[in-house]
Amino acid sequence: MRRALWLSVALALIVAYPLLFSTPFQQRLGALVLLYAIAASAWNIIGGYAGQVSVGHVVFFGCGAYAAMGAYAHFALSPLFGIPAGIVFSVLIAAVIGVPTLRLSGHYFSMATIAVAELARLIVTNTEYLGAGVGLSGPTVPRNVFDLSFISSLPYYYLFLATLLITLGITWWMTRSRMGFYLRAIKDSERAARSLGAPASRTKLYAYMLSAGLTSVAGALYAMMFGFVDPESGLGILISVKILIMAALGGAGLLFGPLVGAAILVPLEEISNNLLGGKGAGLTFVVYGAIIVLIARFQPGGILALLNRLWAKRATPSKEAAAQEPVHAP
Amino acid sequence: MSFVLVQVIVGGLLLGAVYALFSSGLTLVWGMMNVVNFAHGDFVMLGMYVAYVVYTLLGGGPLLGAPLATLVLATLGVVVYFGLIRDVMKGPMLAQILGTFGLALLLRYSVFWWFGANFLSLPENLVGGTFDVFGIRIQASRLLAGVVALLVTWGLHLLLTRTTLGSRMLAVAEDSTAAQLMGIRPDTMQAIAWAIAAGATGLAGALIATFFYVVPTVGETLGIVAFVTVSLGGFGSVPGALVAGLLIGVIESLSGYLIGAVYKDMVVYTLFLGFLWFRPQGLMGKT
Repeated sequence: MRRALWLSVALALIVAYPLLFSTPFQQRLGALVLLYAIAASAWNIIGGYAGQVSVGHVVFFGCGAYAAMGAYAHFALSPLFGIPAGIVFSVLIAAVIGVPTLRLSGHYFSMATIAVAELARLIVTNTEYLGAGVGLSGPTVPRNVFDLSFISSLPYYYLFLATLLITLGITWWMTRSRMGFYLRAIKDSERAARSLGAPASRTKLYAYMLSAGLTSVAGALYAMMFGFVDPESGLGILISVKILIMAALGGAGLLFGPLVGAAILVPLEEISNNLLGGKGAGLTFVVYGAIIVLIARFQPGGILALLNRLWAKRATPSKEAAAQEPVHAP
Repeated sequence: MSFVLVQVIVGGLLLGAVYALFSSGLTLVWGMMNVVNFAHGDFVMLGMYVAYVVYTLLGGGPLLGAPLATLVLATLGVVVYFGLIRDVMKGPMLAQILGTFGLALLLRYSVFWWFGANFLSLPENLVGGTFDVFGIRIQASRLLAGVVALLVTWGLHLLLTRTTLGSRMLAVAEDSTAAQLMGIRPDTMQAIAWAIAAGATGLAGALIATFFYVVPTVGETLGIVAFVTVSLGGFGSVPGALVAGLLIGVIESLSGYLIGAVYKDMVVYTLFLGFLWFRPQGLMGKT
């Protein structure tokens, strides 16, 4: 009950944010937080809930971004039409990576994801149809509202918010379904889960495909907002890094972890880029690397897990008191 | 024509020996404590930059640069083991992979920030000259790198199989609790393994710095090469890494020559995925 109240207050604040903070910079910042939260929440399904660390998630992001821009550049369609194609490609790629590696130990999966992401970047950089090194552009002047090309960040903000809510809804539904129970069992002990008849490889594969499809939607939305995609912005390893670190910092395997991570890191990066300019790009990722190492070493559960623990510690005595009260009552 | 082809193959073998050298470090750590170091390629990159600093700023040659890079990286390996790996090993898989992946970023972008993103090149005449063997021209720098890498990799294999230290390390790899009961300290042995693994990357970096492109992001490519080599050779096996490294060097050179230079990495990565599909235990691995 109290949880529901907190959630509605938080949601109301998120809905009201671009109206309260209405400068273009603030609205753009808000939209970017939500966009990265979508991608990081999608990563969370395979990385957090299934415990399989994908370090090449950008390949799905890129699939979505290239499909959306390709729909416009090659077929003069609205970039929206690229989204289903991006999802299909992403799910297929997820199967190609996942079928062989999810049977093996988690290391093979992580190594394969990084190799596939790099392979995709090299292939796209050398493919004329996909714009090679230059990339693909979206509509410069919107023909109608379905081109989703706006100057203000406000429409993007609500579009991203809706997508994020859908992503979180799917994730929540997944955790409550049979698949969620399997995933929890597999993450605790794959051997024990298998021995009790949980189809471990298949469940992880489904989680990976779901994660891939949702990540590609984030990529498509990204390309629509920026109006173009090139190998670096659509398939560079740094996008994978951002997706990964936001989920891990906020709390991998927790529903709202990625959103919290994005809300911390996106403003941090924008501010450091503004303060330091081009020189800051390298430094930002030095800090990212340090954060990832520190999380891994001291707090693998992320910030939300830490808060939950502190909260539980504080709440325990009062809970005990509450439990005792009826006994003393007449 | 055939002379050119032979020359390409010889060049591939020499580069492959260096691949084998740094991959044997990855395979050693993986086989011994089931940790995959995602910063392995960036260790090699760091070795290249240590060598670069020695060659250009201090004016030293490979005779000074190679041992110094080995020493610096071996020290880093020990620090990383005690500061990070020892603890994340006990944690969940997420912590293990994040820990070394974060380390990779930290190293890569520290170098990027300090030296810039530009390609650096070392003086041509550092290890100058080319040899002419039966009409096959070989650059002296590549010959030096390949031969030293081959000898050191073989030495590493002998160290692991023929010495008391090697037996102790293998005992820890087999069962660290049982090894501890026999009076072997797993902690010390694992720290030594990290020193050897990282030292090998430092040496490999210093050796290829004389003819390879030196750039902060080179670690990503080399890291994937090491993954391919180790999964091809079977994890934990130094001879496997040696054979696989040489093979990958030749495949890379041949595809660069026959298909085109931009495609050589693609061929290697595709090969990796093919292996994961059809023979994940590697060429020489057991099922």
